[in-house]
Amino acid sequence: MPATNFNFMGARRIAAAISAVLLAASVLAVAFAGLNRGLDFTGGALVEVGFAEAADLPSVREALAGAGFDNAVAQNFGAQNEVLIRVPPQAGRDQSTVGDRIMAALAATQPGVALRRSEVVGPSVGEELTEQGGIAMLVALGAVMVYIMFRFTGKFAVGAVAALAHDVVVTLGAFAVFRWTFNLAELAAVLAVIGYSLNDTIVVSDRIRENFRIVRRGKPVDIVNRSLNETLGRTLVTSLTTLLVLVALLLAGGEQIRGFATALTIGVVVGTYSSIYVSASMLLAMRVTKEDLVLPEKEAAEEVP
Amino acid sequence: MADRGVVGANLFGAQQAARGPLNRYPLWRYALIAGIVALGLLYAVPNLYPPDYALQVSADNATRPVDDAFLAEAAATLDAAGVAVVGAELTGRGALLRVASNDDQLRGRAALDAALNPAGEVRGFVIALNLASTTPAWLDGIGGKPMAKGLDLSGGIHFVLEVDVDSAVGKRLEDEADNIRARLREARLRYVRAGGMVREGAIRIGFNDATDRDAALALLKEDYAAPNYVTAAAEVDGRPGAVVEVDAAQVEEIEDYAIAQNMVSLRNRVDEIGVSEPLVQRLGRDRIVVDLPGVQDASEAKRILDKFANLEFHLAAKADDRPSELEEMPYEGRTRRIQRSIIVTGDRVTNAVQGYDPQTSLPQVNITLDSIGGERMHDATAPNIGHSMAIVFVEQQPVKQADGSVVLRNDRRLISVATIQAALGYSFRITGLSAREAQELALLLRAGALAAPMRIVEERTVGASLGEENIERGMYSVVAGFALVLLFMPLYYKVFGLVADLALTLNLVILVAVMSLLGATLTLPGIAGIVLTVGMAVDANVLIFSRIREELNRLPPQRAIQAGYDRAFLTILDANVTTLFVALILLSIGTGPVAGFAVTLAIGIVTSMFTAIMGSRAVVNLIYGRRRVAALAI
Repeated sequence: MPATNFNFMGARRIAAAISAVLLAASVLAVAFAGLNRGLDFTGGALVEVGFAEAADLPSVREALAGAGFDNAVAQNFGAQNEVLIRVPPQAGRDQSTVGDRIMAALAATQPGVALRRSEVVGPSVGEELTEQGGIAMLVALGAVMVYIMFRFTGKFAVGAVAALAHDVVVTLGAFAVFRWTFNLAELAAVLAVIGYSLNDTIVVSDRIRENFRIVRRGKPVDIVNRSLNETLGRTLVTSLTTLLVLVALLLAGGEQIRGFATALTIGVVVGTYSSIYVSASMLLAMRVTKEDLVLPEKEAAEEVP
Repeated sequence: MADRGVVGANLFGAQQAARGPLNRYPLWRYALIAGIVALGLLYAVPNLYPPDYALQVSADNATRPVDDAFLAEAAATLDAAGVAVVGAELTGRGALLRVASNDDQLRGRAALDAALNPAGEVRGFVIALNLASTTPAWLDGIGGKPMAKGLDLSGGIHFVLEVDVDSAVGKRLEDEADNIRARLREARLRYVRAGGMVREGAIRIGFNDATDRDAALALLKEDYAAPNYVTAAAEVDGRPGAVVEVDAAQVEEIEDYAIAQNMVSLRNRVDEIGVSEPLVQRLGRDRIVVDLPGVQDASEAKRILDKFANLEFHLAAKADDRPSELEEMPYEGRTRRIQRSIIVTGDRVTNAVQGYDPQTSLPQVNITLDSIGGERMHDATAPNIGHSMAIVFVEQQPVKQADGSVVLRNDRRLISVATIQAALGYSFRITGLSAREAQELALLLRAGALAAPMRIVEERTVGASLGEENIERGMYSVVAGFALVLLFMPLYYKVFGLVADLALTLNLVILVAVMSLLGATLTLPGIAGIVLTVGMAVDANVLIFSRIREELNRLPPQRAIQAGYDRAFLTILDANVTTLFVALILLSIGTGPVAGFAVTLAIGIVTSMFTAIMGSRAVVNLIYGRRRVAALAI
């Protein structure tokens, strides 16, 4: 890639506005619409069945209602001949036989039905997972912040964590807005987004730090711009290769892995953007200076061979 | 350490590099890399030998042995049913018959079941679906084995059971409360009887006055002292009282014991279902995971998991017993008559171990009962010294029906008859056994009741067809994603792109090798983790190559390579260490799918550091190291 000289930071106010709108929309969506939490978190039962031919959904629903599952939701899953049936958790009732009863009800009226998958999760398991998932995300952010403070400085840590939080919130927001099911696998994807976005942010921060140390003249905004341009090729290539494999997962991985791949794809795109416009902009907003980054004399002296 | 750069030294990097030969690795380093690559290949290879579908037949309540004749007959049965037998052998766990497909496996099982287990009788043979290893013996000999497939890939049932550990603690408290009542009665200390002693997780005893309370407290402190108990004065229902609490560490011990005991019972039951590689594992404080790969019938599996076993202690028949009060049972070839009334049942047994008589060194079984059990045992045996006591093992046995389904039937079997030599209490022993008999009896006594009740809180079934589809799709997406990246890199980085491709391929091989060696289970999210690792592992090489390109603007090629690797190193390290944090956090919260993903990600980060930095450098050095280079193909 030829040397570029984009004035990234010139657009930082516009970008900040875009980020603010995205964040606000995401927070509102998660707060009011909420995540469409899947079985792993809510508890309840789920049965996936396959038919020899395209499934007759109305008659499937009728069969379910006939067996007492009035509140069951049946919809196509991936293909015309596959149906996913979800039964919400019922307080105080043992659901461990739900899968068997649904299969029995369907087998009586639907020829050629075969069980593909059935899951029953107790409500207490789901509650615990929700709690653990939230804690895991906070611990991940905290651990990252401490590490960056140790390796870089406090300002970089704040910038990095802001970028990560931005990516997590926007990814969750997309799931809330589009009502995609959010399960344990999607939680894993969001945590992986933290890992990926961090990777990007650190690479950019690393270059900013280096340039602050070796470029003798220039305003902070110019140094940041220069660093972003220097790392642009790498940022784009890595995002591209990661997106290549994610697209392969998205298109070929099957229905069960779709949510996971979707979350990661959004995360990678947003993460690439945020390493430029959240963490770098934040550094400027916090008025990062050369003095923040110049190595103490003593340490530099030690490391000269 | 030529490939290690420190930020502070970067300004001097060029000088530093100029002193030694540029871009040459010492021989030992090439040897080390070659060695690791060879090991990686070696341990990844077993994954190229997919296991055979197989049926494993083992004797359960069978009268005939599983031997060569049996093996030949079973193979003939399969042949007659149109199921081609690929291989047949005897293993430590019974007969192993290899067949060609999953479909053959299911038909074969039905055919063998029909031939071996007559309807209406206790099932004689367990016929388990199995995957038989085809790893060559020499690979097997050095510990090479393919990755196991998770339930989402192999099909099967996953249960999570919650153990009511509080009830185990509660039972313990009730037992101790009984002991305390006895002690207080002995010491003639009057306590308030109303309302029960065990309340809010502690034993609470009220007294009429403080004097009684203080006397009782002194007494209780002898028996219920630290560190296992906390005994203190307190007000109980507005009266002077004493509170005995079980210490937290002791509570944990009781819980651990209950879980361990339930896991033993679960394993015994799982063996009944006919699963070749079941997983029974503790999960967190009070849960147990049971994975049954290959099993498709959830309701049958649940019935067997719910199946219980128990023990009953009876007195043997006495001369003046009426026949209606007696039961006849075979024991060691004779019919024995025992009283129908039960002295105590197995849930009163707190421990049973095989030991040796300190005087005679003869084997024996030491049995410990709880306090109520001890009292009842004493009351029943004191007037009957010289008579016999019988122990009956009650077990639910699977009985095959005419339609092929399985129901459970209670089977009672006499496992011990011994002469009562003295009035027995809460601790006694059974002697006159051989070492083997003593061991078996102790095992049966322990395998009895569950230490605490449990229930299924999570259940997931994956059909075999979905499992196969998941593998197919997963593998396809790995291959497609991998191929896209392999194509892209040389387009963008030319020769260096090819080097990155090589490093990436090695990374995949070593990742698979490490996962196989660690015995990690391959799941669908695990495959996603591999795909993601492939995408992200390129990053290290991209960082290095971009840096080399930049350095080429001011440095000659050889030095640019040197500087590119040096300066990218710390960035790569920082980026990877933080990602590793995230993977480890994922691992700590996750079970099942999340853990599968996290393990792959964590291993992938480490292996990619090796291949992308050391591996690619070695290749670059081999290409450019010992010659004059005018321009780099980058």
